[in-house]
Amino acid sequence: MNNLLVLPLLVPLFTSVLLVFMRRSILSQRWLSGASSLAGVAIAVSIVIHVKKDGVQTLYMSGWAPPYGIAFVGDMLAALLVLATTVVGSFIVFFSMGSIGEERESYFYYPLLQFLLVGVNGSFLTGDIFNLFVCFEVMLISSYALIVLGGTRLQLRETLKYVIINVVSSALFVAAVAYLYGVTGALNMADLFLKVAEAGQGGILNVIALLFLIVFSLKAGLLLYFWLPGAYSAPPTAVTALFGALLTKVGVYALVRTFTLVFGGMPEVTHVWIGWMAGATMVLGAFGALAYKDIPRILNYNIVISVGFIAFGLATANRDSLEGVVVYLLHDMIAKALLLLLGGLIIRAAGTGKLSEMGGLMRRNALLGWMFFATILAVAGIPPLSGFAGKLLIVRGGLEGEHYLLTAVSLATSFVVLYSLMRIFMAAFWGDERATASATDTRKAGLLLPTAGLMLIVVAMGFGSEWIYEFASEAGRTLLDPSSYVQAVLKE
Amino acid sequence: MELYMSLAIGVLFTVGIYLILSKSLLRIVLGSSFLSHGVHLLLLTMSRLKTGAPPLLDEKAEAYVDPLPQALILTSIVISFGVTSFLLVLAYKAYKKLGTDDMEELRGNENE
Repeated sequence: MNNLLVLPLLVPLFTSVLLVFMRRSILSQRWLSGASSLAGVAIAVSIVIHVKKDGVQTLYMSGWAPPYGIAFVGDMLAALLVLATTVVGSFIVFFSMGSIGEERESYFYYPLLQFLLVGVNGSFLTGDIFNLFVCFEVMLISSYALIVLGGTRLQLRETLKYVIINVVSSALFVAAVAYLYGVTGALNMADLFLKVAEAGQGGILNVIALLFLIVFSLKAGLLLYFWLPGAYSAPPTAVTALFGALLTKVGVYALVRTFTLVFGGMPEVTHVWIGWMAGATMVLGAFGALAYKDIPRILNYNIVISVGFIAFGLATANRDSLEGVVVYLLHDMIAKALLLLLGGLIIRAAGTGKLSEMGGLMRRNALLGWMFFATILAVAGIPPLSGFAGKLLIVRGGLEGEHYLLTAVSLATSFVVLYSLMRIFMAAFWGDERATASATDTRKAGLLLPTAGLMLIVVAMGFGSEWIYEFASEAGRTLLDPSSYVQAVLKE
Repeated sequence: MELYMSLAIGVLFTVGIYLILSKSLLRIVLGSSFLSHGVHLLLLTMSRLKTGAPPLLDEKAEAYVDPLPQALILTSIVISFGVTSFLLVLAYKAYKKLGTDDMEELRGNENE
């Protein structure tokens, strides 16, 4: 029992309730959400330290021992992802202060952002599959409000599609949980691991597993990503960065958790499906990134590609690739947030998102240019930046698992990532300066400091790969062999 | 009893999916709530229906109803209620601003 585990939910929850009452005073809203985000980081760090020292941490809500009641479980993967979430969340809070505008700030932007963090942290920490659904909904409902906040025509149009897609997939989620409960009589994921192993995963459990695969793929954007590029290009930069860094990753986490812990028994059925879907996602995402000529679309298709890449690691499911999944997830949360923030700043500086109408930004925005360049290298996986270690592990795992075709696809799409982003860099920063009417000055501390902070983390994660690997390999070990997770929860 | 429930769930799913696939926004919202009703009945049915038994087990009980699905359904109903009301407001606002409730006219990629 460790009460620390509930704090990543409680702190943002109470903060957001307080923030609702502080609507009139934007300044105090900023102070409170900044302070609470930093407190969240401190809590997440202490959870990681606890997990490192004492193994998997658990918390039984109201003292109901599992399999009854709801258990919160902090294994290394969950702890690391909560840490990454709180870090990304705080940088985006700071970025929002300089970019989101007073009108949105006075219409509950900060409370909604904190509610979103409650849902994301809850999804990572919960050990109960129905509670996972509830945390998903907390996260999604906040995201519905955040994506439409401001109410422009584009936002309203895209939000409709986003909400309807998610309502349908949530209905399927509950249906999948219902079937699973009907077959196994369990909801606790550690208990499910035992029950599924006991019953033997075949026939009906495979069907249920594939139903979960559809549900989580819709949320993660694995193959079923058709809603993503449109929806993520509607809201302002800070919100897009938040979604791109956190929401899809929660879907990926749910896939990783369920398909290593609950449905790990029949990889020849489920993991083959995941593998094909991952390959198709990478290829189609690459086509998208090459086909479009405006910054939001290119960046959004890059989110899709990385989801496919992580799913490829999951499909291989050996030691190297699962460690790689952990490292790459951490990198991708930080680096995608940074990439999307910088993309937004470029659009701001050029006054347009279309590649054909911008140019010559290097003269005035040299710092922005070099940061974007370094981020491209990190996202494409060039050493010594943060993307390299995870990519290396996943590719090595893929080769060990003899998935040669998928490995080739994943390497080829890395080049597409590099090319598609380099094209933005060349179009935006090279050439003659072009003045557009709506161009604004981005050389403000409020915008550049948070991005520079994230940049430092990306560089540090690259150089400290060895140190991160120590934590990630522990997370990977639990994924590969869930018995320590199960024992910690059920205390056998 | 389970058979009748299954048929009812099937009908609800069919109606829900048919409505969701239509063009009009209001029908889609109605379809999504049909779908969620179907899902809730499914949750109830999957825990086996035992009529007339109390949900709590005492020492002499011969039959009891599993209370857990009812707790799950309650949670899920609250969530789908909230989401549906949000969706209705969103649909109204979008209709006001975009001047159409035809999803066919809201497709496409162009910005603004």
